[in-house]
Amino acid sequence: MKTAEQPFQFVTASYLTRISNGKATNLAGLGEGLDQCSDASIFFHTFQTLGRHHFLTEGFSNDFAQWVLAACNRPELAERLASLDIRDYLSLAELRADLSRIVKEYNGARPLQASQQAFEPFYFCDAIEVAVPLGLEAWNLEEFRDSVEQLSHASFHYHFVASRLRLHLRTNDFSHWLVNSLGLETLAQQVNRIDIYTNTVESARAKIKTLVEKELAR
Amino acid sequence: MSTTIPLPRLIQLDDYIPVLGKPEVAELRALTSRLQGRTVQMVNSTAVGGGVAEILNRLVPILQELGVAIRWDVITGGNDFFEITKAFHNALHGGPYDMPPESFDIFLAYNEQNQARLQMEAELTVIHDPQPVGLIKARRDRSGHWIWRCHIDLSQPNPTVWQFLEPWVNRYDGAIFSSPEFSRQLSIPQYLFYPCIDPLSEKNRDLEPEFVREVLDRFQIDPGRPILTQISRFDRLKDPVGVVRAYQLVKRYFDCQLVLAGGGASDDPEGEAVLAEVREVAQNDPDIHILNLPPWSATEINALQRGSTIVIQKSLREGFGLTVTEALWKRKPVVASAVGGIPTQVIHKHTGLLAHSVEGTAYQIRFLLSNPAIAARLADQGHEHVREHFLITSNAKRYLTLFLHLAGIA
Repeated sequence: MKTAEQPFQFVTASYLTRISNGKATNLAGLGEGLDQCSDASIFFHTFQTLGRHHFLTEGFSNDFAQWVLAACNRPELAERLASLDIRDYLSLAELRADLSRIVKEYNGARPLQASQQAFEPFYFCDAIEVAVPLGLEAWNLEEFRDSVEQLSHASFHYHFVASRLRLHLRTNDFSHWLVNSLGLETLAQQVNRIDIYTNTVESARAKIKTLVEKELAR
Repeated sequence: MSTTIPLPRLIQLDDYIPVLGKPEVAELRALTSRLQGRTVQMVNSTAVGGGVAEILNRLVPILQELGVAIRWDVITGGNDFFEITKAFHNALHGGPYDMPPESFDIFLAYNEQNQARLQMEAELTVIHDPQPVGLIKARRDRSGHWIWRCHIDLSQPNPTVWQFLEPWVNRYDGAIFSSPEFSRQLSIPQYLFYPCIDPLSEKNRDLEPEFVREVLDRFQIDPGRPILTQISRFDRLKDPVGVVRAYQLVKRYFDCQLVLAGGGASDDPEGEAVLAEVREVAQNDPDIHILNLPPWSATEINALQRGSTIVIQKSLREGFGLTVTEALWKRKPVVASAVGGIPTQVIHKHTGLLAHSVEGTAYQIRFLLSNPAIAARLADQGHEHVREHFLITSNAKRYLTLFLHLAGIA
């Protein structure tokens, strides 16, 4: 079994949610808020919300889409916002631009609906990330499999989802290490193809385990 | 001959492993590894009774077991002080403030007395609610970190009281609120900490199905037919009359029962009046069970929630709505009003269903009764949502994260 030159060092992240004082009471306000809020707020309501709602697999994509559906009752706009896939973005600026464009296009075509009061306001928040090493590391594929099984939900999300923006690559920490430290390109690709929108953390973790065990059995 | 009564075993962190899983408990330990020996002090105004004391009674031992050098102090005061703080409490919820102007001086004098009595030297100090807010004067220099934890909804405070408190609050390094909706525009950072429940408490721990059945029998509730339940005080803001009307709409199509269980009707004249209104609208329907329970009924409430088919919370105004949290934890499908902290918990069509009217509530109940598989999925996801966000252990994690951030360790 190949030993890596650098071990995979597992980290966990905990988030301190900050209330930003910005809020939207209608779709027009959402459009303005999307332009004015911090990058951390865009991250919080898109990338981080997937981690916070890791147990949902059907139709939950980001906080903006959910609010548009539940509080504004605009399923067509909600669907467009929900269809943005965070894996396509390497920067929050690009993601913000697309969110803002979609909302403004909708508002421009339907000014009456844009100014209609929502059932409840949307509160813009952001989060401070506190990352702490778990004291867990993997030097080979077997140790990697065993360690992934011991990860908390937050740790799994940190390495598998939030890592994309940290790496500025269309990949995750696990795949990055598998290809760069163990030379397992196919396995890395298979892991990266696990759909974070239609899997829970637990089902994604189980799929990684199955893939790694297949590789170990070869 | 004397007999020795065994002391009940104190709940320990490892007792949460069956609820949370080993990795989540290990994560709490990892987060605390850099806080070993750091001193933390919590201060509030009561050791027993009320939600804050209930939380601190569990939170402090958990943080202690994790290795944080934490102490919990309770301020003291005369009846005059607590009359003023009760008036503050009501006024901060938007009510009038009728106390004389010198009440503010009395309030500050008691804070000074407590400041002289208490040792306030921790690296991280958390002051809970307005009663001890003036203790910030004890801060000697900028070396320690002081946080104000507000458990009250400040969205529409009485201006007289808020104008008095705001300068004190702004002297802290940050404030914690239970919902963005409850916060104010402040010059200091504001953090979001959800209220929480303890899954091992009497009100939330697992119960044997036989016991649940026994409690239903005791109240003459038929376990063989759907049971709709709202647990809340008999208070107009909880809209029990609206719940009965929604039930009556559902009853046209489903042979169901309604349980309205709560307290507050024996020691509160308004509660008695509300109870009378509910009885009138219920029109002696034998399938409506109105249970005015005493305050020591935690296990019975637990059983009633567990025995329910659907839990309702049709409030007109709500704080965070911990009865919703309790129901979700027990894997019950929930239909609730989109007010206060409820939409944070009931993510529409994911962890429950939201409604905005009597008719809407009835429709959502009928939908769930007709679609038990969907109801079960919402209930399971609701349980996971609580596990992730609204348990005492999540609260401990938030405090650890705050301490790490303030101490600049991570």
